[in-house]
Amino acid sequence: MSKLKLATVWLDGCSGCHMSFLDMDERLLALAELVDVVYSPLVDTKRFPDEVDIALVEGAVASVDDEKKIKKIRAHTKTLVAIGDCAVAGNVPSMRNPIGPEAILNRAYIENASAQQQIPCVVVPRLLQVVRPIHEFVKVDVFLPGCPPSADTFHTALTALATGVPLDISALTRFGA
Amino acid sequence: MSENVEVKTLVIDGQEASARRGQTILEVARENNINIPTLCHLEGLSDVGACRLCLVEIAGSNKLLPACVATVSEGMEVSTNTERLAKHRRTILELLFAERNHICSVCVANGHCELQSLGQSQGLTHVRLPYRNPELTVDASHERFTLDHNRCILCTRCVRVCAEIEGAHVWDVMGRGINSMVITDLNDDWGNSSCTRCGKCVQVCPTGALFDKSQIGSEHPKHPDFLPYLNLMREAQ
Repeated sequence: MSKLKLATVWLDGCSGCHMSFLDMDERLLALAELVDVVYSPLVDTKRFPDEVDIALVEGAVASVDDEKKIKKIRAHTKTLVAIGDCAVAGNVPSMRNPIGPEAILNRAYIENASAQQQIPCVVVPRLLQVVRPIHEFVKVDVFLPGCPPSADTFHTALTALATGVPLDISALTRFGA
Repeated sequence: MSENVEVKTLVIDGQEASARRGQTILEVARENNINIPTLCHLEGLSDVGACRLCLVEIAGSNKLLPACVATVSEGMEVSTNTERLAKHRRTILELLFAERNHICSVCVANGHCELQSLGQSQGLTHVRLPYRNPELTVDASHERFTLDHNRCILCTRCVRVCAEIEGAHVWDVMGRGINSMVITDLNDDWGNSSCTRCGKCVQVCPTGALFDKSQIGSEHPKHPDFLPYLNLMREAQ
């Protein structure tokens, strides 16, 4: 049996979900028997591959770039997994929603800047007016809430997805876990 | 048991149960170790049937009844755990999560929140409704406690415990529908209200809407279990 192609993606999150993924420690070796990591912030691939079996997506959709990425990921992925509260529910990035991006940018780059007061407008992507969980943009197949989901949660869920065993997510994790 | 107590027999989830006339379906179910999820209900307070999580099905009726306020009747057949009820309960929880800003990961009640644990026990893995993200205030004017409207689900436990148990009725609800807010006195700052500083409202609050300032950043379990005991002691006097 050929290995499943696994991608991991980091949108507007803190990378804590990826840290938790790495916290699987030696269990990663067993997992590596089942999957090949074809795209991830942890590897050097620059382009999202055309055919991915499982994509783990951390982070909410907060910028025009995130939106473009999540649509591309969906188009090339069989099983899209939202990992962590930011991807699942917006979480901390969404705390700016009641205030709006203009106020946030002003506070960070104008009010609190002692020199070179300017709001970045080139190279960095434009922020969306509201931060949203990824299922508001594309269909999500599996939701793994938690901040972050524990290494055990990752291990159980990934093993189940790779081997086709049914998965009871509420038995594993919850919002804020 | 006195002679004029009328006994009703009913069936809950296929299990025979007997009850006294006037008992609620919820009381009888819990006496028989059948769990019906609740949120606004709290043992020791009056019931208002506000959250609708305890809705149950009654054979022969299309209407769903809130188990916390619906009383038993002879021959009643109650179902507490059907696919239809599970769907409604999840939707209610989704509405609560979407209505205000419930960010579990940074909430003082994380790990001790009834909304959070109900989400998990009812199999809620995400909220299908768009989040409203309203801009809401935090009242930290009280010397000991804080009110965070972002986390309030309007269960009115604070209103009831303050009026019924403490006898102060400092808390109430202002506004209608989605604009409803819990307030102290006539919408005065909590710190300048007639609050007796007893802290009962904080202990009965199911979420992080009311919390003790001295507990920020630490484990923040609440202890609403003092209520039935307090009521028992008062009755005994």
